[in-house]
Amino acid sequence: MSANLSATFYLISGILFILALRGLSSPETSRQGNYFGIAGMAIAIIVTFLSVGNFGSGFIYVLIFLAIGGSIGAFIAFKIPMTAMPELVAGFHSLVGLAAVFVAISAFLNPEAFNLGSIGNIKLASLIEMSLGAAIGAITFSGSIIAFLKLRGIMSGAPITFKGQHFINLFIGLTIIFLIYYLCRTQSSNIFWTIVAISFLVGVLLIIPIGGADMPVVISMLNSYSGWAAAGIGFTLENTALIITGALVGSSGAILSYIMCKGMNRSFFNVILGGWGATDQASSAQSKEQKPTKSGNADDAAFLMKNASSVIIVPGYGMAVAQAQHALREMVDALKKNGVKVSYAIHPVAGRMPGHMNVLLAEANVPYDEVFELEEINNDFANCDVAYVIGANDVTNPVAKSDPQSPIYGMPVLDVEKSKSVLFVKRSLSPGYAGIDNDLFYRDNTLMLFADAKKMTEEIVKNL
Amino acid sequence: MEIDPFIFRFSIFILSIFVGYYVVWSVTPSLHTPLMSVTNAISSVIIVGAIIAALASNSDKIFDNSSIFGFLAIILAAVNIFGGFLVTQRMLQMYKKKKNK
Repeated sequence: MSANLSATFYLISGILFILALRGLSSPETSRQGNYFGIAGMAIAIIVTFLSVGNFGSGFIYVLIFLAIGGSIGAFIAFKIPMTAMPELVAGFHSLVGLAAVFVAISAFLNPEAFNLGSIGNIKLASLIEMSLGAAIGAITFSGSIIAFLKLRGIMSGAPITFKGQHFINLFIGLTIIFLIYYLCRTQSSNIFWTIVAISFLVGVLLIIPIGGADMPVVISMLNSYSGWAAAGIGFTLENTALIITGALVGSSGAILSYIMCKGMNRSFFNVILGGWGATDQASSAQSKEQKPTKSGNADDAAFLMKNASSVIIVPGYGMAVAQAQHALREMVDALKKNGVKVSYAIHPVAGRMPGHMNVLLAEANVPYDEVFELEEINNDFANCDVAYVIGANDVTNPVAKSDPQSPIYGMPVLDVEKSKSVLFVKRSLSPGYAGIDNDLFYRDNTLMLFADAKKMTEEIVKNL
Repeated sequence: MEIDPFIFRFSIFILSIFVGYYVVWSVTPSLHTPLMSVTNAISSVIIVGAIIAALASNSDKIFDNSSIFGFLAIILAAVNIFGGFLVTQRMLQMYKKKKNK
């Protein structure tokens, strides 16, 4: 296949990828969009086979390796519970990163195959592109592994900080740039390996200071990095499909990070530099003396909701942990039978990744037109009888609106306290991830339901 | 004077960033998780490079020190392609509208 023809096909597959993302503008078109994506991928792979034109025994091995990877991927895709989506996505990011590193290494070891010159005499531009691709890929890999371990709970979600951390990161970052410059001058393979090794280290150092609650930003950011790594490799291979895709994924991840940061009213750098909550906890949480709360049981909650005319459900990460989404749907069904109007309110940073709550509710067969975003529903709390907060905490804290001293001041929150009564399902009075006491607990119209989210919801269903 | 082909590729890159910017802003927030899994799947188009690397070996040996990295990258990317698209499909199947009685 001629180079021009294959370049045209790569362009087509790039356009199909754009259409795949475009499809996600609404759930109706999204499935079709996914097929566009699959088609784009199939075209890219087939065109590559044809343009390499090597159908010897190596080709058989390629197919075998494809099948091995494909079956592992398919197995994971069917087995993974929806609550584990954040870990899965982090894990997948790490694979893209590592694949980028491997392709870069391969190109460095055998530049002739990619028309990049010969060993020891690789084109300058290609050398810069492949080392950048390898470095970003390595950072994506090790960063995603740390994110995976934190999300999976294998590693503590608490931020790990030490003195001079940012200085060290900056120093290592500059070292990488210096080494790339040096690599261009000497073409030394030792320097190339050093760049890769140091970049793995950077990925680890970059993610360990970031706490569990900031994971939505981290995942989006790593999503973006995996795109930039792909684009870097795309430049090396002079491949349009990779360049287009890398740019799409890179900007997509960047936008998601921006949306997540805005959802917490924090700057990107503030999140990246990490350690939120570790310092604030002492001042705000411990100074509070014991204040009275009202607590109730499932019977009270059922009674309140049955007699309400409208109920808004506010789900959070706790719902995911307790796997309470199905019980919640049953509760809502029972309420609807009683003629209660029910809707769901989702905060942008609820859960551990963008859109996490929406997927869980969809899994429990909640129709997506009953689920609303913060801006769409926030005014409705004033006219609602009961707000049922399940597993959410900081995103409902009225302190964000009233107390300029609070670390979450200015963060957009759901106006839960405006509803006539608030049912707050929580295991204890402990503060949320941000380490901030929630003012909502002590309000007159709040009834605390101290229990596991799933158990409590199931009990309410029995009482309805 | 001829324009360096790099500039063409760079133009595509920059324009794609803009396309990505506008397309992604139009994605509904409730589909942000599928957006991440599908971007994950499509960024595995890096498999193109992996295939070239794996088949590049000019000696009789199928696995030499450069192509072995290509083969490893094929496995990684394939996990992602199949896993990414299928899990996205699985999620999107779940998004249903309210049934009109």
